[in-house]
Amino acid sequence: MVEWTDFERATIQGIFDKMEYEVVGPAALCRCLVVYPWTQRYFGNFGNLYNAAAILANPLVAKHGTTILHGLDRALKNMDNIKATYAELSVLHSEKLHVDPDNFKLLSDCLTVVIAAKMGADFTPDVQAAFQKFLSVVVSALGRQYH
Amino acid sequence: MLSKKEKELIAEICGKLTPVAEDIGSDALLRMFATFPGTKTYFSHLDISPRSPHLLSHGKKIVLAIAEGAKDISQLAVSLGPLQTFHAYQLRIVPTNFKILSHCMLVTIACHMGDDFTPVAHAAMDKYLSAFAAVLAEKYR
Repeated sequence: MVEWTDFERATIQGIFDKMEYEVVGPAALCRCLVVYPWTQRYFGNFGNLYNAAAILANPLVAKHGTTILHGLDRALKNMDNIKATYAELSVLHSEKLHVDPDNFKLLSDCLTVVIAAKMGADFTPDVQAAFQKFLSVVVSALGRQYH
Repeated sequence: MLSKKEKELIAEICGKLTPVAEDIGSDALLRMFATFPGTKTYFSHLDISPRSPHLLSHGKKIVLAIAEGAKDISQLAVSLGPLQTFHAYQLRIVPTNFKILSHCMLVTIACHMGDDFTPVAHAAMDKYLSAFAAVLAEKYR
């Protein structure tokens, strides 16, 4: 089981309390599709992903980005059992969506950069460490049901 | 492969970082030590507490080397020659750590530039830092 310090719990909760899901979610997914273009392979039916401008303007990408970010709420509400919380989603990503689990880390890195840009100096090294620890636990849980 | 536009973006960003190289470099290092504690093992001989002279000077060195390389990316293998030798034979830092520091540099740049660090700029810098890291590791074996 993952051990969380009071600082880590408070920091992560704090970030999500102030989260603008409809801004950050789309921004993170768009960034991932632009910075790591091979991730576009999973979004063949999303329409125009031809260039950065098209991706940023794409409503399906925006909607999906928001959905993904809300997916993190599950971990937030179950920080002491993130592994079990994502078992079902892990199976979905493996068996149905066939997503290479290495991509989860890419998206989590992009989300970190987006949060950093929003928070500026408030995103201190310790805040970053807590946030990245949280994301790495989620990423690991999502990759667990792959066989 | 870096396009002309990407090289311009990279040069522009590095231009912004150079005057604050100390702050950017030390910030990136601190983030790396906090999030990836294994990286501290390479610094047991230095004082790496926040704002320590060692940390500031080391951070500055790294950022200036990255900015210098951005002036002529096609010549990286030449301009990084001495640093390649140094990292391969003396420092012997496991190259996976280059990726970790690159990520922390991108986070530092994002904190510094906010929304100006657009997805396209992020992509360009990520590509450059990957290329830089690859060249740096070339003499390892």
